[in-house]
Amino acid sequence: MQNHPVYTDNDPQNELSTLNLGPTHPATHGVFQNVLQLDGERIVSGVSTIGYIHRAFEKIAEHRPFYQITPLTDRMNYCSSPINNMGWHMTVEKLLGIETPKRVDYLRVIVMELARISDHIICNGVLGVDTGAFTGFLYMMEHREFIYEIYEEVCGSRLTTNIGRIGGFERNFNAIAFSKLRKFLKDFPVTLKEFESLFNRNRIFVDRTKDVAAVTAEDALNYSWSGPLLRAAGVDYDVRAMNPYSSYEDFEFEVPVGTNGDVYNRFLVRNEEMWQSLRIIEQALTKLEKEPTDIFHADVPEFYLPPKEEVYNNMEALIYHFKIVMGEVPTPTTEVYHSVEGANGELGFYLVNDGGRSPYRLHFRRPSFINYQMYAPMSRGMLLSDAIINMSSLNVIAGELDA
Amino acid sequence: MGKITNEELLTKISDKFQDQFTVVGEPFGLLTLETSREQIIDILTFLKNDPALQFIYLTDITAVHYPELEKQIGVIYHLHSLVNNVRIRLKVFLVDGDVQIPTATNLWNGANWMERETYDFFGVIFDGHPDLRRILNVDDMTAFPMRREFPLEDPNRVDKKDYFFGR
Repeated sequence: MQNHPVYTDNDPQNELSTLNLGPTHPATHGVFQNVLQLDGERIVSGVSTIGYIHRAFEKIAEHRPFYQITPLTDRMNYCSSPINNMGWHMTVEKLLGIETPKRVDYLRVIVMELARISDHIICNGVLGVDTGAFTGFLYMMEHREFIYEIYEEVCGSRLTTNIGRIGGFERNFNAIAFSKLRKFLKDFPVTLKEFESLFNRNRIFVDRTKDVAAVTAEDALNYSWSGPLLRAAGVDYDVRAMNPYSSYEDFEFEVPVGTNGDVYNRFLVRNEEMWQSLRIIEQALTKLEKEPTDIFHADVPEFYLPPKEEVYNNMEALIYHFKIVMGEVPTPTTEVYHSVEGANGELGFYLVNDGGRSPYRLHFRRPSFINYQMYAPMSRGMLLSDAIINMSSLNVIAGELDA
Repeated sequence: MGKITNEELLTKISDKFQDQFTVVGEPFGLLTLETSREQIIDILTFLKNDPALQFIYLTDITAVHYPELEKQIGVIYHLHSLVNNVRIRLKVFLVDGDVQIPTATNLWNGANWMERETYDFFGVIFDGHPDLRRILNVDDMTAFPMRREFPLEDPNRVDKKDYFFGR
């Protein structure tokens, strides 16, 4: 991890300077504070301080009914909130034993893969900006904007999506959503290819990223890394492949792995994941052609809110509406752990239920929180400018870090 | 499902630790064991280093507070064997007022922040932890906010009275 002699604090030969990197430094892309001891431009030691935007989601979740926890999950990894939403819905569905129809699963896969692409666009684009290339970021940003337009067609909002409900979606995908999706599948590969040719063999970019912050597979596993970072270090752990959820077992895709876990490997892994996500979305669209077009939620009236006009005109719907809103539907007293492959790694939900309307305890296993703790130890002996790039490629999202 | 079943897993652990743990159940196929704080590190070490099991991946450490139980604080470990693709959940219950448990940081570096988070929110003291400080809350906080008795909103606030909201 280090290829430079590291001086200790009490070495009289060296005068160390202290640098407060963050909490609001433009290069850190969020509220991260690291107090670094510098010897010239080399980092001798660092201490990370986190918690600047801690909002006590786990505490709030103990006071909210299940369906009101979805907006909280939005605000964790806000670059790919649909994955968080879906992960939460699937956790509750697992708890309640709800089987979702295949069409719902495929629609969810489409939304989740779009979210993964938009998250990787940010990460890799910003990595380019930090190494001095702004163009790639702008090219890619146009398509992230387009992904947000697709979200808008599906759920009405863009960043904090609150997409889907327990049991399925709140409404069906409309024709515009599908046409935009096809346009995205046509346009985005062109840009992604252009983006790759801008960077992959770019001398400046490769010099800045290759062998920077290389992490061995043992270290990565020891620090419980997951997601693209772990895969860049050479471990092919992907929750989608290992514990398939939402019918991921029906899809054919590859899990890209790197070799030495440096910044360049992480960049390549994320790029390849975007190609794989496009592949998955294409397969999902093909599979959807064989499914009935009017199903967008599971048939679980005791958990899925009925349409409003039925509430006014239909006795049964009114009863269910009342029971759901008042939280009077019995739920099993048990505990469940469910994880999905978030854009940054294994996003887990540990839900302890006591049969009430809200969770007894809900814990989020947040990949950014767990991935970030290696940042200070791995920065030792690194150049300050490399540490900045390393932070971009870790893709730590402050909302997910602090929950 | 994984390459080894929960029964095989349980047999392996029983052979080594006969009566030092109890089986809580298998909710949703996830084998859940309860043990004591004296045994937890031995069991974790065994699970991590056993060549057939290889629970090398520490998924999560957290806690749950049950005020009505005699042993109020439950520390929960989630482990994952990537080779066998099987998960296991371990629980240790601690009496309030004596919330000390040995640290798992000697086994996994990743346990560091997970244990700090658990300390921050539940006040569980991890013995031998290299740097047990608060992590998400401010350093001078005195309460452990994820315990059940801690209110969601500050009852002393004067700007959020019910009559402001017509309640």
